[in-house]
Amino acid sequence: MKPKLSRFAIPYVIWMALFVVAPIVLVVVYAFSNDLGGFTLENFSKMGTYAVVFGRSFKLALIATLICLVIGYPVSYMMSREGERFQRVAMVLIMLPMWINFLLRTYSWMSILENNGLLNQVFQKTGLLSLYNSLFGTSLEYFPMMNTQGAVVLGMVYNYLPFMILPIYSVIVKLDGSLVEAARDLGADGVNVFRRVILPLSLPGVLSGITMVFVPSVSTFAISKMLGGGTDLLLGDLIEQQFLGGAYNPQLGAAISLVMMVIVVVCMVVMNRFGEGEEQAVIL
Amino acid sequence: MSKELIRLRDLCMAYDDELVLDHLNLYINDKEFLTLLGPSGCGKSTTLRIIGGFTAPLSGDVLFDGVRINDVPPYKRQINTVFQKYALFPHLNVFENVAFGLRMQRRPDPSDPKRKTKLPEEEIRQRVLEMLEAVSLKGFENRRTDALSGGQQQRVAIARALVNRPKVLLLDEPLGALDLKLRKDMQIELKRIQQQVGITFIYVTHDQEEALTMSDTIVVMDKGTIQQIGTPEDIYNEPKNAFVADFIGESNIIDGVMVQDKLVQMYGRQFPCLDGGFSENEPVDVVIRPEDIDIVPVEQGQLTGTVTNVTFKGMQYDIIVDFRGFKWLIQTTDHSPVGARIGIKIDPDGIHVMKKSRYSGLYGDYSSFSDEYDELDTVEPEEGGDEA
Repeated sequence: MKPKLSRFAIPYVIWMALFVVAPIVLVVVYAFSNDLGGFTLENFSKMGTYAVVFGRSFKLALIATLICLVIGYPVSYMMSREGERFQRVAMVLIMLPMWINFLLRTYSWMSILENNGLLNQVFQKTGLLSLYNSLFGTSLEYFPMMNTQGAVVLGMVYNYLPFMILPIYSVIVKLDGSLVEAARDLGADGVNVFRRVILPLSLPGVLSGITMVFVPSVSTFAISKMLGGGTDLLLGDLIEQQFLGGAYNPQLGAAISLVMMVIVVVCMVVMNRFGEGEEQAVIL
Repeated sequence: MSKELIRLRDLCMAYDDELVLDHLNLYINDKEFLTLLGPSGCGKSTTLRIIGGFTAPLSGDVLFDGVRINDVPPYKRQINTVFQKYALFPHLNVFENVAFGLRMQRRPDPSDPKRKTKLPEEEIRQRVLEMLEAVSLKGFENRRTDALSGGQQQRVAIARALVNRPKVLLLDEPLGALDLKLRKDMQIELKRIQQQVGITFIYVTHDQEEALTMSDTIVVMDKGTIQQIGTPEDIYNEPKNAFVADFIGESNIIDGVMVQDKLVQMYGRQFPCLDGGFSENEPVDVVIRPEDIDIVPVEQGQLTGTVTNVTFKGMQYDIIVDFRGFKWLIQTTDHSPVGARIGIKIDPDGIHVMKKSRYSGLYGDYSSFSDEYDELDTVEPEEGGDEA
């Protein structure tokens, strides 16, 4: 029997059609047309010149995702083992930065990382800078931190870490405690309980965490623009330039977007296959 | 019987200032099927968790083979557990679930006794398959556990525990989630498995019928203390107090006075019985099981009463009879209509006399017959048991 769509679903169907399906169709149409509206594959053949941008974007996003995972998993795990009160407070603290606008948060990192920003002042005052200079025979007046790839990765990690912690935490906290007891009963010590029960059962959370960090990281343009100084172009910046910047070429922009989307979707499908057997990770 | 394996000495346990175990003393023999029986909150599950090592007692000792094991973690005890909801690992198939314990085991390397080595894969495979066959799950190795029925999951859980060849198997209300028919089959199956592997089973349940069917020894608990320890026959036929009499089977519990040995007085009349050892004219509780009462014509009856309620139960009628304001439950194959005057006769061996206890007067009156039945049917929702 085919499930019939309830009439209450109609508003959502219209919404999805207007704001999800239509834009994707537009991107596809643009990607395959020239500026006169005719069909062409030229947009894709031009893209080879931007391979290095693709590479850089995926590299930085991958690094950021990895760091988020390395920080996020232990945090989620330890949080889930604490009392309920602690968990609630920790959850609020993790969510708190998200109540402040994304751009403002990133701006504040600028003032922290600047050459005469907060961190460099601390390094100067504590003598860490002169210590470094005397150790390595340099004569730095500050550590250059702004406009580096490291700053971009830092921005990604800072902004997207909650998206790693939340799904992992929610999976671990719901884990049936009797499974852990059963494992201990069957002779597993702490390490084995974690390795053989908790870790495999929290994999769905890890997968959706990776997805939720990687996808926005790979397509970000604000972070790289603000913290990377726009020197090392990322995919997001490249696409933005095609639509709003000097290199106005929406057809090329659409083509790049399409390719990026396809690569991301393929990555996610492969990863979900890898974690199969459990509940599927949420693709967002 | 056989030798003592586990001894619990003066165990106390409290949650949030509420005493759940009150100086509990118990010893458990090797190769015995022992059941901890009691209502929700009586401390039976806590006792099991302490034996398994999941909970540490507030005070008191747990001895295993004469050695104190209070501080031994669960994974080092020769005890395995079948959990209430089985707790099968959802990410592993049936074979790997059963193999889990074996994969954890290490034993001295035959070539270098100082080193520990894993069990060889071939041995694991063989033992798992053997165990699956023992619980009639041959051919299920590659199934996912969530694709199994409740009864099958149950048997995987038992196989997973037994494959480690423990000395003791703990079972925490393992049949609670099964339907009535399956539960009856599994009771027989469990008893068979216990006799086959020849180890100690410690079984926790609130279901008195389950306890009577399977156990060698029943420990009836209430409010963190042991009310009675005995064989199923002892517990049923010679309950120690009103609580036990009421909890195991149906009982009419009547105030009486022990006139002398083998003579008890109720309702101002004297009844011959088989009990003795009370002081003269000692007030007592008298237990009369509903099936031990014969209905006779009024003029031949030791007591006469009025039928107030009749329920057809298939094998028998449950009738409620009013004897001067105190209502009795009588089980009989003869139909007596509501309102009929009947006489009853009780043989001396149908009368069981108990000393007065703090439970006296709380149980054994069937005035609120239907309510009581409802209570019996809804068992311990917070422990996950539900009756069909």
